[in-house]
Amino acid sequence: MKPLLEVKNLTMAFGGIKALDGVHLHIAPGQIAALIGPNGAGKTTLFNCLTGIYTPTSGDILLNAPGGKTRRLNGLKINAITALGVARTFQNIRLFGGMTVLENVMIGRHPRSSSGILGAIFRPPATRREERDIVDKSYALLESIGLGDSANELASNLPYGAQRRLEIARALATEPRVLLLDEPAAGMNPQETNELEGLLTRLQAAHELSILLIEHDMKLVMNLAENIFVLDYGEEIARGAPQEIRNNPAVIKAYLGEEDDAEAQ
Amino acid sequence: MNFFWDLFLGGLTRGSIYALIALGYTMVYGILQLINFAHGEIYMIGAFTALIVASILTLQGLAGLPVLILAGLIAVLYASAYGFTVEKIAYKPLRQASRLSPLISAIGMSIFLQNYVMLAQTSDFLPFPNLLPPSDFLDAISVWIGPSDFVIIVTSAVVMIALSLLLKFTKMGRAMRATAQDREMAMLTGVDVNRIISRTFIIGSSLAAIGGILIASHVGRINFYIGFNAGIKAFTAAVLGGIGSIPGAMVGGLVLGLAESFGTGYISSDYESVFAFAILILILIFKPDGILGRSSQQKV
Repeated sequence: MKPLLEVKNLTMAFGGIKALDGVHLHIAPGQIAALIGPNGAGKTTLFNCLTGIYTPTSGDILLNAPGGKTRRLNGLKINAITALGVARTFQNIRLFGGMTVLENVMIGRHPRSSSGILGAIFRPPATRREERDIVDKSYALLESIGLGDSANELASNLPYGAQRRLEIARALATEPRVLLLDEPAAGMNPQETNELEGLLTRLQAAHELSILLIEHDMKLVMNLAENIFVLDYGEEIARGAPQEIRNNPAVIKAYLGEEDDAEAQ
Repeated sequence: MNFFWDLFLGGLTRGSIYALIALGYTMVYGILQLINFAHGEIYMIGAFTALIVASILTLQGLAGLPVLILAGLIAVLYASAYGFTVEKIAYKPLRQASRLSPLISAIGMSIFLQNYVMLAQTSDFLPFPNLLPPSDFLDAISVWIGPSDFVIIVTSAVVMIALSLLLKFTKMGRAMRATAQDREMAMLTGVDVNRIISRTFIIGSSLAAIGGILIASHVGRINFYIGFNAGIKAFTAAVLGGIGSIPGAMVGGLVLGLAESFGTGYISSDYESVFAFAILILILIFKPDGILGRSSQQKV
């Protein structure tokens, strides 16, 4: 089967330093994959390339739509990539803190709605219908992550775990084909991590998503991911099913060679 | 008491205009962290356009409400086009540059537009016709409040309420607020930030043009330099209220207008600007984020 997202020979250089050096990666439709590696391996840099925040120095990022059309993502504007179906969350949560929980999700509907400046001023029936649809869909997403009751609270007033889930809901509101999660379990206790695992499995099935997650919690990675890519110093050192990665000597060396190995668990 | 009431109304009238212009400063600052020094010139261009259109229409034999509406509409469109173009020419190419570059560019644009209007029109003061059509209602209330004061206060209030609703309840308003909070994150949720910036300039310029027409019709004369003074005062109002904050600009404008009015009335009219800038300095010393400004430590 043709992969949904393909990264070919991707290099990202900052001055003389190559944060990513010839990385290959592919995710099948509906697959959950994980990107792991020690701190500074280039994982978040790869996410930044995938979402258009960085323009890669060389290489290709290709999104194969189910219809058979292939789009090259590198070089596109950030919002154009989102509109094509790539959404992400951040390791350090980046909600719109001054807006309500519901508004945060509603913003995510932006690329899937059409009314512009004239619609905003004159409010014809089509605009009002669209606005109602945005509210309904956003509210349904909030319900599905268990935040329906907090819809009108300020996002910054939510507890930490709820903020993480809200970020996922906002990303889902853009109707992505690929969801990129940057350390979704960071700062969570084991019980919250368990709940997250259930939530991600559920959302993946409900929205027919492909998910690529960066995560240090190996238990979560091993449980969720069908396919794991391991980065170290910007290069891919291993890839494969969880079982293969667990016993891969290069991976063990990369992790054990690290000083702050405790964080990698 | 009558004297107090007159000063209060005068302050409210001035303050409404300051608030209308201050909104343009604060919206642009909220989204781009740029002080758009050319904003006062947009206000001036709005007033000039209204004058030209009104003169042409009057020569054609039109009078009354149609002149006011047409002149107002064309002035708002024209000023918006200027605001839009200034952003595209002078600020957009500098989006990635350090913050100082667009600021210098803004000052350049301000000087350019002033001189352009001076050369294209005149450096003399031009009489501005009173565009308010005669009305029984305005005559009836003129015992308490001057007709143009009334129109300025009501129009400003309506425009500001409409803006608040636009920002709070529409898709465009949400996108603007999101862009102001975290531009990159807004793009990641699919917002075309360049388009939002253009629209911010269009809305800000429209408000300034409305302010320009109202005050020109109230004062009765304009020249190419009126934008500079109004711009500085409105900028003061925006800082006073907390730059970047929409309600702050409204409150700041009204506070500044009232302070100037009462200061000139009870103390001395020679010190009009002194009151405005003394307040600005006091605010900057004791509450640098302004009356309703966000605490600066909030942004990481």
